[in-house]
Amino acid sequence: MNIPQFFRLTVKRIWIAGVLGMCLLLPGCGLSDAPVLHPKGPIALAERDLLFTAFWIMMIVAIPAIVLTLFFVWRYRSGSKKAAYAPEWDSSWKVETVVWLVPAAIIVVLGTLVWQSTHKLDPYREIASDKPAFKVQAIALDWKWLFLYPELGVASVNELSFPADRPLSIEITSDTVMNSLMIPALGGQIYAMAGMRSELNLLADDPGVFMGRNTMYSGDGFPDQHFKAHAMSEADFTAWKAKVSGEGTSLDAETYLELHKQSIANPVAYYSSFETDLFKLILRKYAPIVGPYESEAAELICRGAA
Amino acid sequence: MLGRLTIEAIPLYSWVAMGGAAVTVGGGIAVFLLITYLRAWKVLWTDWLTSLDHKKIGIMYVVLALVMLVRGFIDALMMRAQQAIALNNEGYLPPEHFEQIFSSHGTIMIFFVAMPFLTGLINIIVPQQIGARDVAFPFLNSVSLFLTAAGAGLVLISLAIGKFSTAGWTGYPPYSGIDYNPGVGVDYWLWALIVSGVGSTASGINFIVTIVKNRCPGMTYMRMPMFTWTTLCISILIAFAFPALTVVAAQLALDRTLGFHFFTNGDGGNMMLFANLLWIWGHPEVYILILPAFGIFSEVVATFSRKRLFGYKSLVYATACIAILSFTVWLHHFFTMGSSANVNAVFGIATMIIAVPTGVKIFDWMFTMYRGRIEFHPSMVFTIGFMVTFVIGGVTGVLLALPPADYLMHNSTFLVAHFHNMLIPGALFGYFAGLNYWFPKAFGFKLDAKWGIRSFWFWIIGFYLAFMPLYVLGFMGMSRRMEHYADPNWQPYLIVAALGAVCVLLGIVCIAIQLYVSAKNWGSARDLTGDPWNGRTLEWATASPAAPYNFAIVPTVRDIDAFHDMKLGGTAYQPAAAYEDIVMPKSSGLGPVLGALSFALGFAMVWYIWWLAALAFVLALVCVGIRACDDESEFIIPAAEVARIEGAHLGQITSADMHDMRDFQPVGPASGAPLPGRA
Ligand code: HEM
Ligand SMILES: [Cu+2]
Repeated sequence: MNIPQFFRLTVKRIWIAGVLGMCLLLPGCGLSDAPVLHPKGPIALAERDLLFTAFWIMMIVAIPAIVLTLFFVWRYRSGSKKAAYAPEWDSSWKVETVVWLVPAAIIVVLGTLVWQSTHKLDPYREIASDKPAFKVQAIALDWKWLFLYPELGVASVNELSFPADRPLSIEITSDTVMNSLMIPALGGQIYAMAGMRSELNLLADDPGVFMGRNTMYSGDGFPDQHFKAHAMSEADFTAWKAKVSGEGTSLDAETYLELHKQSIANPVAYYSSFETDLFKLILRKYAPIVGPYESEAAELICRGAA
Repeated sequence: MLGRLTIEAIPLYSWVAMGGAAVTVGGGIAVFLLITYLRAWKVLWTDWLTSLDHKKIGIMYVVLALVMLVRGFIDALMMRAQQAIALNNEGYLPPEHFEQIFSSHGTIMIFFVAMPFLTGLINIIVPQQIGARDVAFPFLNSVSLFLTAAGAGLVLISLAIGKFSTAGWTGYPPYSGIDYNPGVGVDYWLWALIVSGVGSTASGINFIVTIVKNRCPGMTYMRMPMFTWTTLCISILIAFAFPALTVVAAQLALDRTLGFHFFTNGDGGNMMLFANLLWIWGHPEVYILILPAFGIFSEVVATFSRKRLFGYKSLVYATACIAILSFTVWLHHFFTMGSSANVNAVFGIATMIIAVPTGVKIFDWMFTMYRGRIEFHPSMVFTIGFMVTFVIGGVTGVLLALPPADYLMHNSTFLVAHFHNMLIPGALFGYFAGLNYWFPKAFGFKLDAKWGIRSFWFWIIGFYLAFMPLYVLGFMGMSRRMEHYADPNWQPYLIVAALGAVCVLLGIVCIAIQLYVSAKNWGSARDLTGDPWNGRTLEWATASPAAPYNFAIVPTVRDIDAFHDMKLGGTAYQPAAAYEDIVMPKSSGLGPVLGALSFALGFAMVWYIWWLAALAFVLALVCVGIRACDDESEFIIPAAEVARIEGAHLGQITSADMHDMRDFQPVGPASGAPLPGRA
């Protein structure tokens, strides 16, 4: 194929791409409430800012790389006879130094950023606040989330409520396959694994309702395994507490076994109380220890479904 | 007698499954009938399947890759169609189906498209690039091919008999364990990986030995072409990384079949071990896929810029750095598993360090074009498309290497966009460039450039349309592997992504047309000299297609651009004073037989047909024994026959066919002494 033809085609294709690109932009939609771009808490905000800082730092090499590539392609196309031609030129200390050292320098900067931010934004790290953290225990089930509120003695399924002005500290495990708990508007995720305990510390700026979900594919009900996270004002939270305590039934070991069965798009449910040490018992279920169970509930939970 | 194989294994329960099975079986029958109709069985068996010629083995690998590309792409198209419509509804694919499709798509694309494609190109080219007559272990080479094909066969047959895995291409336990996944799907996945993994390991070892031992005189390590260098590096990676995969797959198979507890939830099992072992293989694997493509780009960019490769040493060191570092970063695939901040930070930094040698490579190719004379051959156009697009993928990769950013983007479509952004330009475009570049070497005629350029445009536009929206969807909180969703804001992006996939489909159609048109017009596009592009490296010194022995006289090399140097020095296309007898390996039917037996073994293990498994295993050992006792595995091509073949080849080259080396006259500021004239 000759060159003018190549470029004519190029121009035509760029035009088509432009039109299609417009189709992409026209909806432009949804971006205004994209949770990652518009975080609703300091952790997510810091993570997002880190993402963008790193992005712009990398543009120092990425943009020249793309622009120079296209420029050289144009400048040194075989059709342009006036461009210089140096067929034997194959090394240059100056160029080599720049192309090794500039990316290396950028990586030094980014590496420092990684070191600092990874420690600062460690999901296990307690968030400094003048108020004590609100502790929640989250248990991944097929295909729903169970939240226990030790402070309140209540539990909920597929709904997480917490006071907006306190840091949220979630202890996480799974009573099924690997899951990953995430509330994108508030911050990053962490895996939930059976027999193990992980932790996620988050904080919301203001009261609000956020989407939360399991991001780790876990089977047929996975697409519907999402929940709403409500960060509530003090008054709302008190009302919610009263509602749950009043409305809910008790989550004893037997009820838990019922709940543990697979269900898709499980409706929100409330429990006014839960089995003592339920979270620990679920962890114990997978621990390689034998011996007598400390209680009937322990035996039910550990042997019931295993 | 038949283990758990019953009539229920045939997918009569859903029209999509039935359709898939019908297409697969129908395709198989059609190929069977076509071969019978063409009376080609004998030729197929004697000239191809049993051949130990590395070039033919390479071609068979590439054919396998292209067939599987179509299958893997149909999966992709089906997923894109599902997600484009499944807003608050079930779409047309039930979850159970969607799961199988993303699992088979990933598995096929990695193991049965990318791996055979690169192994095929390496097979065809590397021995010729290093001036060798064959690979070190020709029979092992054939066995590797048929083990890979057997693995692909297991994935294909799962469409018609039983089901495929629903656990994704990574098959994380405990979901892939027997408690949560009792069917045969995961077993199909496991045995496909084990069988083909053994084949890959063997070809890795084969190419390490070939490159270390079989180089022609004068070809020192620092004169090896870049493609050979990248092949050496990835062969070492294969030899060290694939055993990890084989072991982890075998452990999961033990868990599933014999009730072991390596990775189960309880009883002392730990799924975190699986994730570690899988990615200790998995991260080197992505470089195994990408580095050979980097080798191809290096060859193509020098040839079509009509210039020496810039920064050869830099490129070699960068390749070696990448290969070594690739073993030190696996944890970045699970920053979110709860490691301490120190661990995550160390692996994050290690990951970023790899970006440096990778970036250097891009700049070296760029400066190869600087003051060159760039010709827009399809392979060069794929290279340019790669350079621009890959930079974007690299940037998003470094973003994911920041652990806190990864907490946000992990498991999202942003991640899906990132790895496609690496693999489509970084691996597939490289292989396509290699296909366009080396096709004449394999078949003796050139591919049609017009359709090559068209396929490029459809692929690259399709790529951007299909994957840029996924980056955005990642910001909008969309997870990967979603069969349906409830957020109406996502749908427009998913529709654009589906259009992108349709565009890629046209790209694949263009490649098919390109192959068809080129084959039809082959007479007018013949490559008589063996050097259609005025190439620089040694593979262009052989005839196209090369004689069984590649080189009648083993060449002596003085430069990185060995053949370019010969053309300038006037030593190319010279008949030898005398030829000698050449010893070549005899064909062997044991390769395909071993492939068939390992297919039977895998199939039997999937369905618990123990007697068949035992039988296949014993017979395979017998085959190996037969081969080991075979002392007459070679034959001699007499000197007279070599002289005849060489004479015929050199006789048809006229000086008009040869490239005018005066084109390499410098112009402008850097011009130096004039170069010698016609080769
Ligand atoms: C040609 C165009 C392609 C399209 C349109 C495409 C599309 C897709 C889609 C829709 C998914 C599922 C994403 C999700 O889970 O939400 C996917 C996953 C994947 N693709 Fe592709 N793909 C293409 C090519 C490739 C290639 C060339 C490779 C590798 C060489 C590849 C490797 C993978 C892998 C490894 C996965 C992950 C599978 C899993 O989740 O287990 N794809 N692709
Ligand atoms: Cu990796």
